[in-house]
Order: sequence, then structure tokens, then C-alpha cells
Amino acid sequence: MATVALKTVRKVYAGGMEAVKGIDLTVPDGALCVLVGPSGCGKSTLLRMIAGLEEISSGTIEIDGRVVNALEPAERDIAMVFQNYALYPHMSVYDNMAYGLRNRGTPKPEIERKVREAARMLELGSLLDRRPRQLSGGQRQRVAMGRAIVRDPKVFLFDEPLSNLDAKLRGQMRVEIRKLQRDLGVTSIYVTHDQLEAMTLADVLVVMNSGRIEQVGAPLDVYEEPATTFVASFIGAPPMNLLTPDHLSAVGAVLEGLLPADAVTVGIRPEDLGTVEAKSAEAGSAGLITFDVTIDVLEPVGAESYLYARVQDASVVVRLPGRAAVPETGKLKVAAPVDKLHFFDTHGKRVDPVPVAARRLG
Amino acid sequence: MTSRVIFPHKVLPYLLLVPQIAITLVFFYWPASQALRQSTLREDPFGLVTTFVGLGNFRQVLSDPDYIGSVQTTIIFSAATALIPMAIALVLAVMADKVIKGRGFYRTLMIWPYAVAPAIAGMLWLFLFNPTIGTFAYMLRRAGYDWDPLLNGNQAMLMIIMAAAWKQISYNFLFFVAGLQAIPKSLLEAAAVDGAREVKRFWTIVFPLLAPTSFFLLVVNTVYAFFDTFGIIHAVTSGGPGKATETLVYKVYNDGFVNLMLGSSAAQSVILMGIVIALTAIQFRYVERKVHYA
Repeated sequence: MATVALKTVRKVYAGGMEAVKGIDLTVPDGALCVLVGPSGCGKSTLLRMIAGLEEISSGTIEIDGRVVNALEPAERDIAMVFQNYALYPHMSVYDNMAYGLRNRGTPKPEIERKVREAARMLELGSLLDRRPRQLSGGQRQRVAMGRAIVRDPKVFLFDEPLSNLDAKLRGQMRVEIRKLQRDLGVTSIYVTHDQLEAMTLADVLVVMNSGRIEQVGAPLDVYEEPATTFVASFIGAPPMNLLTPDHLSAVGAVLEGLLPADAVTVGIRPEDLGTVEAKSAEAGSAGLITFDVTIDVLEPVGAESYLYARVQDASVVVRLPGRAAVPETGKLKVAAPVDKLHFFDTHGKRVDPVPVAARRLG
Repeated sequence: MTSRVIFPHKVLPYLLLVPQIAITLVFFYWPASQALRQSTLREDPFGLVTTFVGLGNFRQVLSDPDYIGSVQTTIIFSAATALIPMAIALVLAVMADKVIKGRGFYRTLMIWPYAVAPAIAGMLWLFLFNPTIGTFAYMLRRAGYDWDPLLNGNQAMLMIIMAAAWKQISYNFLFFVAGLQAIPKSLLEAAAVDGAREVKRFWTIVFPLLAPTSFFLLVVNTVYAFFDTFGIIHAVTSGGPGKATETLVYKVYNDGFVNLMLGSSAAQSVILMGIVIALTAIQFRYVERKVHYA
């Protein structure tokens, strides 16, 4: 059980490339913190620095109140699950899980007990004598988890552990990881580029972009109030529509009195857009903005349909419930509740909407 | 999934195999069968009279104390020549693997000795350790060590082992470097997180994963020590002093081409062939079992 605290952590490679540009982050005891971002954003580097596999250029990393900058990975009391599992190919499943305990001089009966216990939790009991190459992808993943669990570490580190699995297994393992982490209550840091994985797993969601933290918060808070246009377009699928006020005005939206002073971008989630009838019922007293879009493609996926359309040169996605009764070509009038609009300034930072009282006056 | 190439032609595959088969027939099966035939014959020094003696040559060879001595010499020489380069090459490969700057340069330098012909390698070591003109011999004597491989059989043996091993280090090094590169870095990182320090990581992860490479090198080195070291022995000691460095292969040559005992020489080469076949079979049967192929 431990808190992990990062203070202005930076990573500069020998060539001068700055991979991590000053990260401040505290992961509370027992929480599952997910670092999410596009590839090359520094999330894996940051995780490897916490693990002790990369040197820290400056700043400090504390685990359980102890600065670990100068400690070997072995001394940090962490366990890590690697993307390719990194199972020892020449050892049986049992030996793979026992390896870390043996290195720490744990007595044999205790190793036996802990490995059996972990194997039971992960349903690996019948596979203990097998070699990794005799296992399926999902089973290897479990062994990698087992190897981390038996050690009973202060912190679990996960480096994109599910990215080598197929979609169905990924969903299943995601649920298992969440359950396991809750049951064990071990502080965990989880790196992924998959925003869905990030949203569903995280207690604390950290969105990273080019070596910096864009936003930290509970997943739904981040979803509902993205701090930057980057977060707005990264979290949520399909991503948030980002349009300029000019675009909107040109197709008939009335924004007078709604637009905060600095706003140069208006963000609308695909699900907040819809037909005028559907949205006027939803919006209530808050009011609507309406505008015309030119339909490109309609994609029905069963429970909902995605309408890909254009507003002048900008593309717009509308998420419609069920089988949408809309034409497949031509124009469509869409609406969005006024209180569901997001505003961003020239730096891409979130701007608070005009308060309701002020709006009425305008 | 390797897709197989299908030849539409029936004769073509055989035609493609012909050169390889022809070479094997001419340079292996034919001489081997000649040796088998010769080993049952006894010939006078002038090649005028040839008599069939059955297994007589074998009986004579195996009861010859010189031959038994040569077997012992061969065991010592081969074991040392097979294992020493592996050990040194492994150490060098592990160290070269850690070098970041000028990695290619180090590796190139390490591979050079392999390009030296065995006789030349032998001569190099002979010059260095020659009791009268050798630089190292001079240093050894100055240090108070009585160095004289021309008279001391053990020192002569040491010298040819050094020469033979030195030449084989490059080859072993090359394979160990490749073997080390094939080990995924994440395995070592996982082991580091699992609490294994560098030495422990080497013995529990790296060394077992190098087993296929080590096994391959053991087989290759054994064959090298038996056959390819002839040039070194011939150039450095000619089997002497006395018969201290006369290995089985050298004795085959010496008895056959110098002493002109063709029958005995042929019998020895047949025995040698048997030994090598048996040795390789044992290596594959027992040692390979312990090898894990990733």
C-alpha cells in the first residue's frame, strides 16, 4: 500500500530529445491511475522511470514517501506487467511466478503457497507445469499478472498489457484487471493508448500529450469537462466535434450571447447533436442552437448510428440513437442543447461558458 | 507458416541436388570407402605387394601404447580447445554487448583472428613463444619461469591449445553476440524488476537462453579441435616433443604419409571416424535434451 508522488519529473535523452517535460502527479494509495495518450507522448517512458528501467533526468519520484530515484528496480518494491508479457521462455509457469520470490529469498513453502494462491485466483492451476509457448495469449497475460501478484508489491505497473490480445479477450481481461486491482487494493499505474480502456479502468485518469500532462481527473469529469481541445478530441469515440464560431454562424447557428469572450473553438460531443425534435425535448429550458449540415455517410452500427457530415470545410459526427430516420444525402438540420457546448480559447484551453443569468440579458 | 515452393518439373529438383551430391560422393563417400578398404590391407613401403589382413591393422593399432597415448593427448587437447574459446568468447560477447559507442569497431576487431589460416596462427604463437626468439618466451624466462616448449611436453601442449583456442574465439564470439541480441530486452527488465541483480540475471536468464548457441558451438568446436587444428600442430610442434602433442589426426597423417604405414593409418582414420560419429551422436542425444529452443 503506497502513494506514488512525482515531482517535476523530466526525461531528456542523450540526443537532447525531451520525452517527459516536467510531470507533477500524485497517485493516492490504492488507486488505479491510467496514463493515456497517443504514441510518443512519453507515457511509457514515465512508467519505465517509475519502474527504474530508465534514468530520471531531473525531479523526484517517491514511492510510499521514499525517494526512489537512485534505487535499482529490485529495491523499489514494484511489479510490472509488460506489453509482450516478457515471460521467461525456459521456465515453467510455476517457475515464472516463483522467480521473483526466489530472488528475494522467500522460504520454499511460502513460495509454493503464494504461487498456488495466485494460480487459483487467475485460474492457472492446471497450467503450472507448462512452458509459456504452450499457452494462449490470454493465458500468458494471466501468468504475467500472476508473476506480479505473488510478489505482493507496493505498486503495480502495467505497460499496455492488453494491446496484444484480440478485442473480445481484451474486454474480458480489462474487467478482470479492474476486479483484481480492487480486491487487492494495490496502488497501480496503467499505461495505454486506448481511451476506452483508460475510461473504464481509471480511478484517476491522466491524459498526456508530447511529454506533458494535459489533464488529470476522474474519467467522467475529464469526459464532461475536457481541459483542452487535445483532451476533447482524444477522450470519447467518436471524438468531440470542434468547430469555429464562424463555421457555425455560416450554417445558421445563433451564438449571440452564448460565446465567451476568448472562445475561438466550439466543441460539441457527437451524442449532444441530434435532430431538432429529439434535442428540444432534452434541452428543456436551456435552449438549443440549430444549424444545417451536409450529409456524407450514414453508418448504422446497431444500437446507434453515426452520421458523418460537413459544415463548410469542417467535418462533423452526429451520434443518433437506434436506426436513425434521416436521409442519406442532402442537408439536415441538427440541434445541440446550449448547456452541452464546450468552448476553447486560442491556446486550446477550456473557457467557461457564459453564465445563464448573463445569457438571458444578452 | 512457411509456404513450400512447388516445382512443376519432375527432374529439376534432382538436377538442383546433383552438384551437392556429386561433391559429397567425390570428397566424402569415395575417400571414406577407400579408407575402409585400405584399413583391411597391408602394403609394403614401395607399394609393390598388398595383402588382405582383415582386422589385423585394427588389432595392431589398438594394442599399440603409442596409440593409447595419442588418445589421451587428443582428449585433453580437444576438451580444452572446445571449451576454452567458448568461455572466453562468452565473456567477451557479454562485455561487447554493453559497449554502446564504437560497438561495430570492437566487433570487427574481434572477428579478425578467424580470418587467419590455422598454420599462420600457429606460426604467430610459435614466434611469440619460441624459446630462442619469442617475445613472450623472453618475458617468461625473465620472470624466472623455465619456458621451453621444445623440450617440455606440457608446455608444448599448452602452446598449441592457446593457438587453437585463440583462433576459435572469434567464431564463438560471433555466435554469442548474435545469441545475446536475440534475447528480448524486456526479459532482462522483467528479471530486474523481479529482483535479480546483474550476475543473477546472467545465470538464470541469459545463460539458459544461450543454451542452443552454446550447444551448437560445442559440436562445431569439437569437430574443429579434432580436424581443423592439424595445421597448427604441424606448424608448431609436429606432434613433439616426443609424442606429447600427437593427436589422433596428426598420428594418422604421420603414420600414413611420413612413416608410410598406409594400412595402419587407414585403420586409425576409420576408428577416428567412428569416434567423431559417436561423439556427435552423444552430444545430440544427451546434451541437446537440456537445451531449450525458444
